[in-house]
Amino acid sequence: MSTAILPDTLRAGPDPMLPRLATVRRRRRDTSQVWTLDIEDSVVSNEPFVPGQFNMLGVFGVGEVPISLSGDPAVQDQLVHTIRAVGPVSKALVRLKPGEVLGLRGPFGTGWPVSDAVGRDVIVIAGGLGLAPLRPALYRLLAQRERYRSIQLLYGTRSPDDILFRRELLAWRRRHDIAVEITVDHAPADWTGHVGVVTTLVSRSSFDPAQAIAFVCGPEIMMRFAIAALGQAGLADEAIYLSMERNMQCAVGVCGHCQFGPSLVCRDGPVYRHDRVRSFLGVKEL
Amino acid sequence: MAEYITLAVDGLQALLDELKRREYRVLGPTIRDQAIVYDDIESLRDLPMGWTDEQSGGHYRLVARQDDAIFGYPVGPHSWKRFLHPPVLPLWQAESAGNSVRITTTQGPDQPFAFIGVRSCDLHAIAIQDRVLIGGQHVDPSYRDRRKGAFIVAVNCGEAGGTCFCASMNTGPKVEDGFDLALTEIVIDDQRLFLTEVGSPAGRDVLLQVPHRPATPDEIAAADGVTARTAASMGRVMRSDDVRELLLGNLDHPRWDEVAERCLTCGNCTMVCPTCFCTSVEDSSDLLSGKSGRTRHWASCFTLDFSYIHGGSVRGSARSRYRQWMTHKLASWVDQFGSSGCVGCGRCITWCPVGIDITEEVRAIREDRPAERTHHED
Repeated sequence: MSTAILPDTLRAGPDPMLPRLATVRRRRRDTSQVWTLDIEDSVVSNEPFVPGQFNMLGVFGVGEVPISLSGDPAVQDQLVHTIRAVGPVSKALVRLKPGEVLGLRGPFGTGWPVSDAVGRDVIVIAGGLGLAPLRPALYRLLAQRERYRSIQLLYGTRSPDDILFRRELLAWRRRHDIAVEITVDHAPADWTGHVGVVTTLVSRSSFDPAQAIAFVCGPEIMMRFAIAALGQAGLADEAIYLSMERNMQCAVGVCGHCQFGPSLVCRDGPVYRHDRVRSFLGVKEL
Repeated sequence: MAEYITLAVDGLQALLDELKRREYRVLGPTIRDQAIVYDDIESLRDLPMGWTDEQSGGHYRLVARQDDAIFGYPVGPHSWKRFLHPPVLPLWQAESAGNSVRITTTQGPDQPFAFIGVRSCDLHAIAIQDRVLIGGQHVDPSYRDRRKGAFIVAVNCGEAGGTCFCASMNTGPKVEDGFDLALTEIVIDDQRLFLTEVGSPAGRDVLLQVPHRPATPDEIAAADGVTARTAASMGRVMRSDDVRELLLGNLDHPRWDEVAERCLTCGNCTMVCPTCFCTSVEDSSDLLSGKSGRTRHWASCFTLDFSYIHGGSVRGSARSRYRQWMTHKLASWVDQFGSSGCVGCGRCITWCPVGIDITEEVRAIREDRPAERTHHED
């Protein structure tokens, strides 16, 4: 092994750990725990983010967390993030009011390969908050609807109260060019929709496995079952993409927290093609 | 053709003086807290002359030598990462400025480092951290600033420690490149000398102000003998050619349960490892000044916190955390950064309070693969 130091590894570069400033423009509540923030970046990028990517959002004096972009990539002056307020930082984030300043780094990570879906049946499977990082992909698909064959969104939540983006889902449901199927684990008496885990929707949906592509995001266990159901329906592992979650702190591959087998989720993910992580997905506590 | 000169003991002092004159912060081995550690060095008197350290699994003792060797010890608990990649590092501060926030970054060190006594394992460890922290798409500016001007005086090991296995990892004991000067301590006709290989223009330039003479063929041969003897007396051995495939193919091996019975998940191995680079950040605020800031500190994959995502830790068991550390170090590091993360320095063995031995764990998995287990049960 050589220890030689190459001069070009000592190159100058921007500090990837230094946040820039952003301002909250709008805040709305989606469910009892989930809020969506529209923020305005102080540095307007001329490159749209890729659906599936995430930003690091920080509250000064509290901390920083990775949050997926959940808005339309075509809208460049507003970055939309849908946040479940469960920890100290996410709770502080959703308490920010319009006009308040936060720290922003990103966007980071790999995204959904929307251009690979051209000419194919597209199956989008979301569990819970997993719909948030998939929504930018849905916007992209619907913006050029004619380029794809069927589009189906299969969405599962714990209860009807946990359904995100409800009004938008209802609007999509009225369209004839996207099928939206929603299921809940636990239903009150007045629920007339599907009951059961989201995987049951896969066997009911129809697509041509030879020409389909699937984007899956949700809790790891839900993704494993959804992928198994897609496999049973005949979809190849190479046609299935999933978004992994690990503890991401630096977002640039140098802090080590988001190890997932041989990869770093912030750098090599979060979106992976299933055949590339298949052998590590089932390993407990990896 | 390598360029050799010879320094006497007072030549080594002159080298330290010259580095100081050039405003380097001179760091080297010294005795503190009953161990050989790296700290600021004023003169030869600060170096551990006449001392060595005796090492085995979970065991470290300073022992007086029978001679006046200056570098006659294997590596201690410190590595150079504590200077290049500090344990605690303020990243930035923020303060309110009207409706906005002003962010200021922390300045790097005001003096370049001169490291005295860098062993081959640690030179490889620095090269590994270079690949991780400044060799990828994103560059860690604090590491870059510390690393950039560092002057490296390497030392070829005169003896191997009880937990050393650099020969197995192809990382030593003889330094090959990546240094400014490389010393080999030799004794000829009762005279202590340092055969010195010049490794860079900066090294050659510093020597202009240091008394020295051309090396004799006898001195060069004596130095070669030193590293050959060290290579032949490694305390540990580990087959490393197939270790990546071995570990990634045995993620559910029963040995992980066995080692978890002994592992205290204290994280000592990650603190003494010269390549472990993981960090966490912490934000804090000062109510009086209204300022807030972010500080980075070393993190260990042995803590529950390390893999925490909402709802719990990904790696809750000791089994999964030991497996994470060892498979990352020896296997997935190759996928992520293009080389093994292990340099065979043996610190993780010496400083493990229960003496867990990474070479023994690899051997146990190699000697009991699933196919062979099935065979035994037949």
